[in-house]
Amino acid sequence: MSQQQQASPPIPAPVPQPESDFYWEKCKEEELWLRHCKACDSSYFYPRDICPGCFSRDTDWIQSSGKGIIHTFSIVHRGPTPSFRDKAPYVPVIIELEEGPRMPSNLVIDDPQPEKIKIGMAVEVVFEVLDDKISLPKFKLSS
Amino acid sequence: MATINKKRQLGRPVSVVGAGLSQFGAFPDKDSRDLFVEAFRDMIQNMDKGFDIQDIECAYVGNYSSDLFEHQGHTAPIVADWLGITPIPITRIENACASSGSALREGVMAIASGMYDVVLVGGMEKMTNLPTDGVTDVLASAADGLYEVPAGLTFPGIFGAIAKAHMDRYETNLDHLLKVAIKNHANGALNPKAQFQQTVNTMAERRIARAQERGQDVPEYNSELDFLNDERANPWIAWPLRLYDCAPITDGASCVLLVSEDIAHNFTDKPINIAGIGQATGKPLHDSDELTSLSAAKAASQQAYEMAGITVSNVDLAEVHDCFTIAEIVATEDLGFFAPGEGPRAVDEGRTALDGDHPINTSGGLKAKGHPVGASGVGQVIEIYHQLRGEGGERQVKKENPTVGVTHNVGGTGGTCVVNVLRRES
Repeated sequence: MSQQQQASPPIPAPVPQPESDFYWEKCKEEELWLRHCKACDSSYFYPRDICPGCFSRDTDWIQSSGKGIIHTFSIVHRGPTPSFRDKAPYVPVIIELEEGPRMPSNLVIDDPQPEKIKIGMAVEVVFEVLDDKISLPKFKLSS
Repeated sequence: MATINKKRQLGRPVSVVGAGLSQFGAFPDKDSRDLFVEAFRDMIQNMDKGFDIQDIECAYVGNYSSDLFEHQGHTAPIVADWLGITPIPITRIENACASSGSALREGVMAIASGMYDVVLVGGMEKMTNLPTDGVTDVLASAADGLYEVPAGLTFPGIFGAIAKAHMDRYETNLDHLLKVAIKNHANGALNPKAQFQQTVNTMAERRIARAQERGQDVPEYNSELDFLNDERANPWIAWPLRLYDCAPITDGASCVLLVSEDIAHNFTDKPINIAGIGQATGKPLHDSDELTSLSAAKAASQQAYEMAGITVSNVDLAEVHDCFTIAEIVATEDLGFFAPGEGPRAVDEGRTALDGDHPINTSGGLKAKGHPVGASGVGQVIEIYHQLRGEGGERQVKKENPTVGVTHNVGGTGGTCVVNVLRRES
């Protein structure tokens, strides 16, 4: 473990479950995939086997374009847990993806200020390597 | 085949006949069981016609996480032992910050079912054992560990995002939020059980005095808002929320005695009825239809109003879940006191103050009274109980003979919401 990690504990890595294994494997390949229900033809997030809209098990996966818009955000100045103390200020966002589903994530931006970020701004996915199993999907403003 | 009858009515009326609250604050010498005993003693000492604790038949206690805060599981039987009420059944209810709201609901249904006549319900939380980092870690565990926590999307960040959405959609600004804090501190200053019994003005004067003592630059504040806009005094936590937009970390406990209405007069001449109860569940924030409203709060209030046979115009006052200032504004809109987007202006116009037409959080709310998470739901009920009995003292609402009060208790970021209607029966 590096010195920096000792100073501030690492972000608690998500522990993939069988129904989200595929999602995290694809994140590792820097691709964002969504669950899709064939019965009601809707995509959804969080990834899970059974559609939360119609409770069908007839579900598969689709690849997201990784593009979307900022649905809302805040700018955290006081890291809420020890792992985030060194990360502040950082920007939690809810992203609305082109395919419809929304997901919680972070906006990657230098010197985050409220004036720089607006609801509705276009964003695209980037990936942050957390460890050898997990890469976290984050978003940056589209250029 | 019989049909499903979703009538959602109580089998018989239920009354509150006693209430007890511990001091709210930080108490290094007390754990949650001690706090609950303190609340229970407060209740017993204030029963109008006395009371034999052996009459309690069943109990429910709300508690979010004694396991993580105190490394103590299975706390309900410990409480029963400390109160001396074994062997009656006692059950701990966990619904994050709505734990005791849900505990009260279980107690009401236990009496309404006809099974019991006398039920104790309450809540407790001992939060200050751990350092602040530990506390925030425990609170963060109420968010989704797979997708929300890795994004640092914990409570201040989520309610900040709700505030941003409200500001974007309506004409809400940062001063509206701070005015909620000013009002709740003004009420808390009148509540001898509150964690913060100081107005914002008092806090500003203390800061000035401290700077003078230390020979530092002495800040000048023209108003309470001026003080709250000073970033040194009121730093950002999660923009657009500052320190004074957030409820504190608190130790505390609360309890009430519920009885079947037909025996209420054995205990008091001024019972307060639980006229309506509602509880509903919401999706995680990213999946919610709206960001500026908690769907569970709207659904729970509709259930409670319908059961009580009231409309929002009958409501005299309310205690709402102001874990953050924006949460109070959203609550007053979800409960129907003000139209969507009108909550901020109502604060501006003083409509939610003690002498307003919709007094909100006369106790000081979670912001100033304190927020021992598992105790907060029943704590709200206690404030309404006292107000409807005319026992609010200096913070009694100014309107005459308040009859109907509402409580609104949220777990997580709207995953759970419990709404109760309390009514003084003439």
